[in-house]
Amino acid sequence: MSKPKYTIAVTGLNAVDSPGPGISVIRALRDAKSFDVRIIGLSYESLEPGIYMHDLVDKTYQVPYPAAGQSILFERFEYINSIENIDFLFPNFDAELFNFIAIQEQFEKELGITMVLPTQEQFEARHKVNLFEYGEKHGIKVPFAKMVYNMSEIPAIANDIGYPLVVKGKFYDAKIAYTTDQAMQHFNKISTQWGLPVLIQEFVHGSEVNVCGIGNGEGVTLGAVPMRKLYITDKGKAWAGVTLDDDNLINVTHKLVKATKWRGPFELEFIKTSDDEYFLIEINPRFPAWCYLTAGSGQNQIEALVNLGKGNKVVPFETYDVGKMFIRYSYDMIVNLSEFEQISTIGEI
Amino acid sequence: MKMRKNIALSDSGFIFNPSTGDSYSANPIGQMIIQALQNGKTDEEITKSIEEEYMIDASTVEKDLYDFKNMLKNYKLTE
Repeated sequence: MSKPKYTIAVTGLNAVDSPGPGISVIRALRDAKSFDVRIIGLSYESLEPGIYMHDLVDKTYQVPYPAAGQSILFERFEYINSIENIDFLFPNFDAELFNFIAIQEQFEKELGITMVLPTQEQFEARHKVNLFEYGEKHGIKVPFAKMVYNMSEIPAIANDIGYPLVVKGKFYDAKIAYTTDQAMQHFNKISTQWGLPVLIQEFVHGSEVNVCGIGNGEGVTLGAVPMRKLYITDKGKAWAGVTLDDDNLINVTHKLVKATKWRGPFELEFIKTSDDEYFLIEINPRFPAWCYLTAGSGQNQIEALVNLGKGNKVVPFETYDVGKMFIRYSYDMIVNLSEFEQISTIGEI
Repeated sequence: MKMRKNIALSDSGFIFNPSTGDSYSANPIGQMIIQALQNGKTDEEITKSIEEEYMIDASTVEKDLYDFKNMLKNYKLTE
């Protein structure tokens, strides 16, 4: 039987030292056994490396920043879709998800573009600023955290939770502070870059373990692969990692997906203490940059998500290879100025 | 003391703990002790086999075995 061919659009082409998930998602899509793909890259900046990776990305279009709003975004997609006839879309940035969730239905009805995303309620409830209450509600340990709008609030919180503590931006960035001065410096830097509120979180000692998975929206976990970062960059990003044999992590993941009826991809970030306790520190409502490891360890979750969205049968993954590693590397591409000129001026290449 | 069941030990002495993702390298004696523990050997049996293989006195082997087992425990490789 011949395989269907889907045109799939992907954001997050910034395969830099703090990479977006786009290139991993595309590699997994190219590995898919159940369908063939034409890949449409969606970029925000002209120097996103994925734009120039022509062996992975068939064509790239610039898209407006999330701040431009939903109507501008829809207009741009009307244009792109008139040429490409997109079947499925992977938004891969936290900051763009709000818009895509809001116009998901309109995309499906008017443009025929499918996305599998969490609901607005799920997206908001798991937000860093709400995570402590989220954990309490679903019986999962989460370090105490409080959002602050002014740095004068920090000393009182530090009095309660002690040092070190973690200062986090609402979308990205997290820094450890050992003194009040440091906490205030981090607050200033993070609030300038990511806006308010800033989160002050209790520091939990242990090693970071993450789970990449997908939920079907009815409480069923379709896939879950736990990974421990083996090498972390100065930006806190994994440069190498290995899949783990950890039933506790899988069980916590199933419990969370069942309780929240999570729909779509996710990454759970935990701290595992020396007493083997797990503290959930973040839920990312999208595939992480290391998601290609799921395909490499026997669960092509990216392929499964497309099949889920297209109404094809998806059987939950039961196993994966333990001890499978990923090691990231950087690579200099040589690019003609004319290509840079084309994406910068015409907005497509 | 038993090695955890899922600990993988290769012929090269490479040890992988799939629960934590940690990996270690053991020298031939370390490898021999881990294999013996995986096979359920007692301390006396392990001491005797090292004494015979490497011609070291029993008290030195016992002391080193005790230290090595403590290290395995600290690394959560035993149960």
